[in-house]
Amino acid sequence: MLALRNISAGYAGFQALFDVSLEVKAGETVAVIGPNGAGKTTLLRVVSRLIDATTGEMTMEGRRLNDVASYELVSRGIAHVPENRRLFPKLTVEENLRMGAFVPQARAHFEERLARVYQLFPRMEERRHQAAGTLSGGEQQMCAIGRALMSGPKLLLLDEPSAGLAPVVVQSIFETVRRMSTEGYTVLIVEQNIRQVLKVASRGYLLETGRIRAAGTAAELLDTDEIKKAYLGI
Amino acid sequence: MEIFDIFLLEAVVNGVLLGGILALLALGLNLIFGVIDVVWICYAELIMIGMYTAFYLHVDFGWPLWLAFPACVVVVSALGVALHHFVIRPVLTAEPINQLLVTGGVLFFLQGVATLAFGVEFRNIGVRLPIFELGGMFMSLARVIAFLIALAAMVGVYLFLKRTYLGTAIRAISQDRAIMPLMGVNPSRIFLITSALGGALAGVAACLLVLQYDIHPAIGLSFGPIAFLVCVLGGLGNMIGGFLAAFIFAQFISVGGYFFHLEWGYVLAFLFFIAFMFWRPQGLLAGKS
Amino acid sequence: MMRALPWIGVALLAGAPLTGMGNYPLHLMIMCLLWAFVYTSWALMGRLGMTSFGHGAFLAIGAYGVVMAWNLFGLSPWRSLPIFLLLAALIAFLIGYPCFRLKIVGHYFALVTLALGEIARMLIIALRDQTGGSLGATPNTALADAPWSLTALQFSSKLVWFYVIFGFWLFGLWVWTRVDRSMARLALEAISQEEDAAASIGINVTRLKLGVTVISALMTCLGGALYAQYQLYVNPETVSGIGVSLQMVFGAIAGGMFVRLGPTVGAVFTLLLAEVLRLALGHDIHGLDTTLYGLMLILFIIFMPKGILGAATEAWNRRRARPATAAA
Repeated sequence: MLALRNISAGYAGFQALFDVSLEVKAGETVAVIGPNGAGKTTLLRVVSRLIDATTGEMTMEGRRLNDVASYELVSRGIAHVPENRRLFPKLTVEENLRMGAFVPQARAHFEERLARVYQLFPRMEERRHQAAGTLSGGEQQMCAIGRALMSGPKLLLLDEPSAGLAPVVVQSIFETVRRMSTEGYTVLIVEQNIRQVLKVASRGYLLETGRIRAAGTAAELLDTDEIKKAYLGI
Repeated sequence: MEIFDIFLLEAVVNGVLLGGILALLALGLNLIFGVIDVVWICYAELIMIGMYTAFYLHVDFGWPLWLAFPACVVVVSALGVALHHFVIRPVLTAEPINQLLVTGGVLFFLQGVATLAFGVEFRNIGVRLPIFELGGMFMSLARVIAFLIALAAMVGVYLFLKRTYLGTAIRAISQDRAIMPLMGVNPSRIFLITSALGGALAGVAACLLVLQYDIHPAIGLSFGPIAFLVCVLGGLGNMIGGFLAAFIFAQFISVGGYFFHLEWGYVLAFLFFIAFMFWRPQGLLAGKS
Repeated sequence: MMRALPWIGVALLAGAPLTGMGNYPLHLMIMCLLWAFVYTSWALMGRLGMTSFGHGAFLAIGAYGVVMAWNLFGLSPWRSLPIFLLLAALIAFLIGYPCFRLKIVGHYFALVTLALGEIARMLIIALRDQTGGSLGATPNTALADAPWSLTALQFSSKLVWFYVIFGFWLFGLWVWTRVDRSMARLALEAISQEEDAAASIGINVTRLKLGVTVISALMTCLGGALYAQYQLYVNPETVSGIGVSLQMVFGAIAGGMFVRLGPTVGAVFTLLLAEVLRLALGHDIHGLDTTLYGLMLILFIIFMPKGILGAATEAWNRRRARPATAAA
């Protein structure tokens, strides 16, 4: 579904990604793991077209993505749940979800998708009229994921959903990801929490200082010495 | 035996009606300044241009008011869009003070253009709406109409912001501009639409003001500051707060002007504003839209 | 050679009126320097992020203060000015202290000060019986019998006024330098005290802001008094209210408020613009200078946010730095 070939990108005066290639096939949950500052968030921002790729090509379902405007991606079926949730703090939970369904194609399905999201996250229904800024971290993450789902995406980009959350909450987040995975959503998830994410992903890539150092199935990656030593403390 | 001083009551009632005008003034500004957090210090000058537009269409070109007024609204709305596109957009990412300064340039520019085009004599559209009497008090019909239209506009804007996708997006953009594209929203488009709307509301205010006041290139300076103060007093971005603040402010002006001279009313109103800011810097009804 | 340049400039400026230039050019220079002094005093606050839209209030306190004291009580400006300076300082404190403590900054601070400026203007108009309202006021002349009166602080000779205002302009620049240096010292202290409790640094900041605010208010008030005594006419629109306050803001910023001579450049620019247009067009075309001024301000902020002098200074510094990097 999503394919990145030789993507390089960076910010003013400094390059963050070097020649990155990866792909996500329909129905897969793919993880991109790596330490802080590896370029994981940059990668997702390139896919979201918030940053330009300096070299390489991105395609979504075979159609080139490099020149598409960032706000047109939702209609191409890509939904991005940004780092740190980034809910609209003064809007209510339901208003945030409504924003997720902003594009005309999504508006027609608003009611049914809203029901779906509330089914997935009952806590959100309880808090539907509460200002999003007053939710707990875990609740905010659920709301953010729900918001992305409101557009009926084909591909979901999750940027470090477990960041800054308590371990118990982290469990429930990954549980949610696993549930979406079994329901057939295509997910590209970027994470620092290697152990947990490789439990829900089928494949993964290791990104270190802007380069792909390793790739394979979740089991293969868990078995790699490099990862075992550096990240799992084995 | 008088239970009330009828003149005081009249001042209070006229204060309410003045509040309607101030509320209308502040409504468009609250949308731009309060909701999407862009500073148009030249907001009153946009209204001034609108007033001249209505004047010229009606007086020089003989257009009937029901044509001239909508034209005025369209003109000011377009002006708002142009303002955003050419002047605000280049400085949107810079410090907010730059917006203040650049629209200050527009303020001088519009004043200058108006002076060049229309001269410095006071103009009046010459349409006199009747003053009518109600229970011993005299009230101007123009003010009553302004009040009703302000009320309708406020309700309209409120519902628009609360119940529509576009309105929600407008409220969202000031909270987190950067992620709007992730919702499939083109931020530029939202700014332009809001600018058009803010401009249109300014145009409506212009139509109502032109019925009651003389026009002069510098009149923006007399009601511009007040519009900003009312917005902040009510809590930036809060439509209802702005409405309430307008009325409180107008009461100070009207009743203060009744007990002393007209200018004292303004002095009291501004003193009240400063004191209130020290007491509650976030405004009357801050925090809710 | 470079360090002597400013002093040469000052000397040239000081000698200029002695070349026998007419009264009108002399008047222009006086106005430039006077407003330069006022803009500089505004910029003291502006450069610290305290954008005041109400400095007209302080200008009015000085201007109307001395005129009213003289006309109504026969009090010489020498006696009355200290009172009004005190008043200006007091108001600056009363407004500034709550603002800084409550962290009222940016837009909100601008609006509070705007309200202040408007209060001043409204008060002048409201007290029309004493102040003459919108028609303005003139200090009673003391020049009927003599070309100058020290008591009344009135001089008929523009030459005298030039040197008076020139002196105050230099004084203003000196104040700027002193404030600059003391701020640099405080900034270094604040940086070195990073480990200390934030509260103590917070208090320092409030005190600094308050100090600068009071100084700015005092200077502006002084400028207002000088204006009144020189022009011998005051009017609520010219010395108070949002109109003149905006003029100060934009004049200082157009010239560049982070540089010492920036506000002066702004004053010269604003005044010369009106003059050049008058000369070029042969007569007053009402509004053309305002239109062009507005247009230029727009272009400045979009393309040269640091002001004329600020941008020029940057370009100059960049050019000086280049040979060094080439050598390295």
